[in-house]
Amino acid sequence: MTGAFLFPGDAFARGPQEGMTVKDLRWRIAVAVIVACLFAVGGWVFAQDKPTAPVVAAAAPAPPPSKPDPAGTATGGIADVTAKTAGKPTLDEIADFAGHNRVSLNLMWTLLTGFLVMFMQAGFALVETGFTRAKNVAHTMMMNFMVYAIGMTGYWICGFALHMGGLGAISTMGGTGLLDSEFTISLFGKDFGLFGMKGFFLAGSTYDVAVFALFLFQMVFMDTAATIPTGAMAERWKFSSFVAFAFFISMFSYPIFANWVWGGGWLSQLGKNFGLGHGHVDFAGSSVVHMVGGVTALAGAMVLGPRIGKYNKDGTANPIPGHNIPMGVLGCFILAFGWFGFNPGSTLAASDLRISVVAVNTMLASASGAIFAMFYMWLKYGKPDPSMMVNGMLAGLVAITAPCAFVSSFWAFFIGAVSGLLVCWAAIFIETVWRIDDPVGAVAVHGFNGAWGVLSLGLFSDGTYGEGFNGVEGTVRGLFYGGASQFVAQIIGTVTCIVFIFAVSWAFFKAYAVVFGMRVSPEVELEGLDVPEMGVHGYPEIQGPATLVHAMGASSAKAPSFTVAPERAR
Amino acid sequence: MKKIEAIIKPFKLEDVKAALTGAGIVGMTVSEVRGFGRQKGHTEMYRGGEYTVDFLPKMKIEVVVPDGLAEKVVALIVAAAKTGSIGDGKVFVEPLDDAMRIRTGERGDNAV
Repeated sequence: MTGAFLFPGDAFARGPQEGMTVKDLRWRIAVAVIVACLFAVGGWVFAQDKPTAPVVAAAAPAPPPSKPDPAGTATGGIADVTAKTAGKPTLDEIADFAGHNRVSLNLMWTLLTGFLVMFMQAGFALVETGFTRAKNVAHTMMMNFMVYAIGMTGYWICGFALHMGGLGAISTMGGTGLLDSEFTISLFGKDFGLFGMKGFFLAGSTYDVAVFALFLFQMVFMDTAATIPTGAMAERWKFSSFVAFAFFISMFSYPIFANWVWGGGWLSQLGKNFGLGHGHVDFAGSSVVHMVGGVTALAGAMVLGPRIGKYNKDGTANPIPGHNIPMGVLGCFILAFGWFGFNPGSTLAASDLRISVVAVNTMLASASGAIFAMFYMWLKYGKPDPSMMVNGMLAGLVAITAPCAFVSSFWAFFIGAVSGLLVCWAAIFIETVWRIDDPVGAVAVHGFNGAWGVLSLGLFSDGTYGEGFNGVEGTVRGLFYGGASQFVAQIIGTVTCIVFIFAVSWAFFKAYAVVFGMRVSPEVELEGLDVPEMGVHGYPEIQGPATLVHAMGASSAKAPSFTVAPERAR
Repeated sequence: MKKIEAIIKPFKLEDVKAALTGAGIVGMTVSEVRGFGRQKGHTEMYRGGEYTVDFLPKMKIEVVVPDGLAEKVVALIVAAAKTGSIGDGKVFVEPLDDAMRIRTGERGDNAV
């Protein structure tokens, strides 16, 4: 334990029976001050920024037909078009109605796919918990759970504003350019957008249906990036330092890089400013979401160090098997399901019919990723390893996330196949050559394959889609389709992501480790983090031989210190 | 009285139970245990790395019978639990001083 400042977990480790100490009190006061500041700032922002008055809607629609319509052919017709004279709409009224319908379809699509992406949190929670040990399940689960709540709060406070504040009009959802404030600097005579400055707390001037839909969709994407590092840092990370990290990634590191690619920032303008293809293109977030998560995970795992018992004195690695393969597989399936929101939803428009190509490319890459991971492990190690087949499918999904809208089904399958091989190679490379302990393989899945995904976009985009993307005329073409400069833009984006995200994340983790401490004590790690950190066993009734077998060199498994009343034990 | 303790492969439990109940044995106690003998654990693969599981899961059956039945019960257990491969387990027979049925207070052979 370093530093005088204490967190609840530290106090608990000394035993709750000591009562409230001065240090406990200091912690409570600090939290109260932070919450009070938050409400004060939020209140002030809302007081400054008044919403505009609502626009009064046109006349009410005509009443529905009174006859039942079991076949559905007669339901919906001219009477459903809002008009001053029911059943006789003018051309203007019809045009109005068509526009409203387009936007409502797009808005619903964006919200629905956002809901699917939200559910990916459950997938991450199951994958990460299944591939770690039974003595840490409550801790691993709760990191995945709380990152949703904390990340959302941080993103609402300032993450969304920094990310999307300078986006301009949301063309598919009504096109009102409320998010119009980007902080830019001038270099080489060109503007470099660095971060947005509008939408803090979603206050008054951004109190708008399109902006709120965009917030929901972008928030769950941010949360995906934020939950990736918890897997790489599981089984040894202090919960208190995780909480601080969740605020950091949702309020600063993710929004800034995401602004550069998706918020109108400088990476997206490489095409307009320097003629490099369409700038750095990342359709649904291979770099913005997954590489950010993977690189952050790498920095965190490096600062934390490997789990006790992972490496022998001679540097060789011990496998530490996850405690529940079915949980991991179920999590992977939930993620694959959620990806139908992640990729097709990134059109932000159901009226953009490319969504079917996007969805099929997504599922093809997931299939080839799983298949090629299976064959790789089978041929190289003798058995088709379940955890690597799961990671193979996830790797395929991560890689296709950037190019899903721009490539043909053949290249989608190919991109997934490469990622299935890459993830197996990378997981073992990270473990045995870099000697970095990543319990669930987050760096291999999201970092390596995120990079492969954005680079593959620069290779295989076939020029059938992306007219006017990032303000550059023409469609998106990769190196093999006559777009060499697009590939250069993809390389710049990849390198920028690795350098920027690694630098800020490493600095954050290192500073936090020095000031407050990032890692639990060896005793806590050996016993399992559940009781010392969270106060409860994830599986109170099976703290027995099953845990001992997988303890891998950790010999002490303490019996629970409480006694169960006899009648309840029966 | 003899106490017979058999360590067997978990999937053989049903066969052994059927053999013993078929021969008129009315009670037994089983527990899930872990251990190793000459079989010396086995190796598993996880993410390309091999590791050894030293303590293998086994079932332990405890049966208490009158002296005259002991040989027969041992033979039944061995016949039912045998697969012929390594790791089939062992049977131990030990003398037992006394037994008591808690409900009625009966002692000795009457209690089992």
